[in-house]
Amino acid sequence: MDPIIIVGTGLAGYGTAREFRKHDKETPLVLITRDDGASYYKPDLSEAHAKDAAPDDLVKKNVDAMAEELDATIHTHRQVESIDPQTRTLSLNGDSLQYHKLVLAFGADPIMLKLAGDATQAVHKVNNLADYRSFRSHLGDAKHVAILGAGLIGCEFANDLVGAGYEVSVLDPAGWPLSQLLPEKCGQAVERELDRAGVHWHLGHAAVAVHHDNDRLQVVRDDDDSVYADAVLSAVGLRAGVELAQAAGLKTDKGIVVDRTLVTSDPHIYALGDCAEVDGHWRPYVGPLMQCARTLGKTLAGGEGDTAGAVKYPTLPIIVKTHVCPVIVYPPVDKHGEWQVEGDGSNLEARFVNEDGDLLGFALTGEATNKRRDYLKDAPPLMG
Amino acid sequence: MKKWQCIVCGFEYDEAEGMPDEGIEPGTKWEDIPDDWTCPDCGAPKDDFEMMEVD
Repeated sequence: MDPIIIVGTGLAGYGTAREFRKHDKETPLVLITRDDGASYYKPDLSEAHAKDAAPDDLVKKNVDAMAEELDATIHTHRQVESIDPQTRTLSLNGDSLQYHKLVLAFGADPIMLKLAGDATQAVHKVNNLADYRSFRSHLGDAKHVAILGAGLIGCEFANDLVGAGYEVSVLDPAGWPLSQLLPEKCGQAVERELDRAGVHWHLGHAAVAVHHDNDRLQVVRDDDDSVYADAVLSAVGLRAGVELAQAAGLKTDKGIVVDRTLVTSDPHIYALGDCAEVDGHWRPYVGPLMQCARTLGKTLAGGEGDTAGAVKYPTLPIIVKTHVCPVIVYPPVDKHGEWQVEGDGSNLEARFVNEDGDLLGFALTGEATNKRRDYLKDAPPLMG
Repeated sequence: MKKWQCIVCGFEYDEAEGMPDEGIEPGTKWEDIPDDWTCPDCGAPKDDFEMMEVD
């Protein structure tokens, strides 16, 4: 029998493989990855500097150990070039592989701003272990790091790098950090505590250009002021990689479109994780993808004619590891309502409630994060 | 015996069952699991677990 092939060895790819092997120890399994196939916990990447963790310290298992654990063949440093759903064939670097079922779990790519200037090639991103390796090796003697973007990844890196002794400046066109997730007051709490820790904020300003300036980098703001730094990290968000799926004729939108059984518009191809849009929701976070991995692992192990399981998401909050001001947020799925914020200083409880007073979402900052249990009990599931 | 859940990914740890595959014997209490232990599914630290309501 042709194997089940999983493209991607991040949390989604390896997670699905593990779950599958819990139910099926016989069917051949093949994984394909662009990188070296090491298994690591991606959220560690944005809190590794303060712990002085070298890239290899973050590796939980190398590719050989993973191949043995999963009883799988893992092709490393290979790029899938095309998928032919008719013949159920993948082509990669001149080879072709037949699949019985195919799982797309290759994640999302960082959005790179269109910047002017002669130093755009020097702008780093960190979306995988190889990126982290490169970023860390280029930091070298750097003293000052400029971060583009004050979202989850930008704020976590700001906290991490300032904790590791770097000077840090953060630019973002929004008026407060984590503006996509938090109401203004909660964002300001994070801003205040990171400011106290030494972060220089440039809020309300986008970066428009990066130039070399002798040994340094000049980041030009949209009002022509500049920030001078030794390294620049871009963290302005992610975009699902859909080109490969599109070229294969699969339906795509914000991600590769799948229903709750995680099947794409082709009955033999599945998708999950940061590349997939599940029942209309694109949620590039660990919680949803692990739920999908559990559901899909079972489905893949099922026989022909078995009913495929449908994924559900419980109340899975997003944890922002800004340790100087920790944040737990559960953004409302239903946006009809308003934020009500209470608390002192940087210890805030924000409830997102509808007209009837029902709790739809919440955000907790600082010491108020200790109350997460009460809020998790009361909030509705993410996708019930 | 209590159950604990990873709030990041939903993984459940049942003290009664332990995790024999990971070398954690059945009956191992949550507080006796090492602090550097991480969620076997998603890798989240022990701090990211919450005790679940007992039905």
